[in-house]
Amino acid sequence: MTDVPLLVLVVVTALVFDFTNGFHDTANAMATSIATGALRPKAAVLLSAVLNVVGAFLSLAVAATIASGIVEQDDATLSVVFAGLAGGILWNLVTWYFGLPSSSSHAIIGGLVGAVLAAAGPSGVIWAGLIGKVVVPAVVAPVAAGVVALIGTWLVYRITRDVPGRERTQEFRWGQIGSASMVSLAHGTNDAQKTMGIILLALIAGGALPDDAAVPTWVIIACALAIGLGTYLGGWRVIRTLGKGLVDIESPQGLAAETSSAVVILVSSNLGFPLSTTHVASGSIMGSGVGRGSQVRWSTARRMAVAWLVTLPAAAVVGFSAEVLQSRLGGTLGNLVVLVLLVGASTAIFVAARRSSVNHENVNEEWAEPARPARRPATV
Amino acid sequence: MSEYFDAGALLRVVVVSLLLGASIPAIFALGVRALATDAPSGTRPVIRTVAGFACFALVVVAVLLGIYSIVKAKG
Repeated sequence: MTDVPLLVLVVVTALVFDFTNGFHDTANAMATSIATGALRPKAAVLLSAVLNVVGAFLSLAVAATIASGIVEQDDATLSVVFAGLAGGILWNLVTWYFGLPSSSSHAIIGGLVGAVLAAAGPSGVIWAGLIGKVVVPAVVAPVAAGVVALIGTWLVYRITRDVPGRERTQEFRWGQIGSASMVSLAHGTNDAQKTMGIILLALIAGGALPDDAAVPTWVIIACALAIGLGTYLGGWRVIRTLGKGLVDIESPQGLAAETSSAVVILVSSNLGFPLSTTHVASGSIMGSGVGRGSQVRWSTARRMAVAWLVTLPAAAVVGFSAEVLQSRLGGTLGNLVVLVLLVGASTAIFVAARRSSVNHENVNEEWAEPARPARRPATV
Repeated sequence: MSEYFDAGALLRVVVVSLLLGASIPAIFALGVRALATDAPSGTRPVIRTVAGFACFALVVVAVLLGIYSIVKAKG
């Protein structure tokens, strides 16, 4: 029989993950527009939220593909999916706390892989799929986006070098609004569908829908709203890192970086090659900094790269532990304990984050490197 | 390695992204340059106005194509 309470729990948890996904990834589209003043912070997150919602309704092409080809469907039981979601949510919150733009897709895939490992052992994971669909694109995406943004930025500055600074800034700010909007739209389409896929998987595993069911309309609406709400609340900590921490961004450069992100995401998803929006956006911003010849803060870049490497295994460890706990305690008790631990840890992170709040008012303040007195080149 | 990923698809992504991702900002920049007023006289020939708006129109077409590619995408 269907375990209705567990099914409801999984659906709600999936929507919470969708929310953290929106909130973590606002930066991908809007960090550069906020940093250059093309949009006021509040206006930027509102625009991005609306476009994420619209994007979620535009296409259903990639729904249900997130887990297929990476873990064996038969091993993805409701309780395994729940443990995986716990891993994804927790890792998204930890990286948000540190202001690190890590991949939400990696977080959820890592969580699921860890939970399946605990439930079914190594044979539950399709390793070739994990490497081909997740690991290789993770290396290629930021490099490709970075090179595109580098060339684009160089061309833009070369072409407009005779244009007076103020006029140029003004027009490129308009362009930036357009390019950032495209990134938001693509993000809504790609990422909301991932959660739709997980909910669909859960509804089928729970016996509420037949195997070949399409995504129900209420799932589309719920996922669109969850990602939109998360986007609107804005992960200001991550926005600050991407907009201010990596390179100093001018509007022509922002336009080139965002166009590179939008193009790389759309082209790759069109050719069936899933990329992480976060990796693409970070790579683009870094590339645009190199293209303009401005200084990239490599210490920030290094911290981001570490977060990328760690995301998949770290979320997997959480998912693995959650599933071990669930199977040891068994049944409803196990699910409840994991739920309580997840809510407790999330609350602790939010409380800690309030102590050093980053919000729409201080998101653009000057970036100060964490104090490391030695080995810093003198500023002239 | 080819059992792990489709190298052809990867190459296509990189090449197409390079062509579009670098040329769209460049076309926008050409538009900005064409519309810029000359510093001493403060005027602009008609041909430059036309060229500038043509560049922006091209960028708008690229955006519409992008939206179309999202809508018609099949998994």
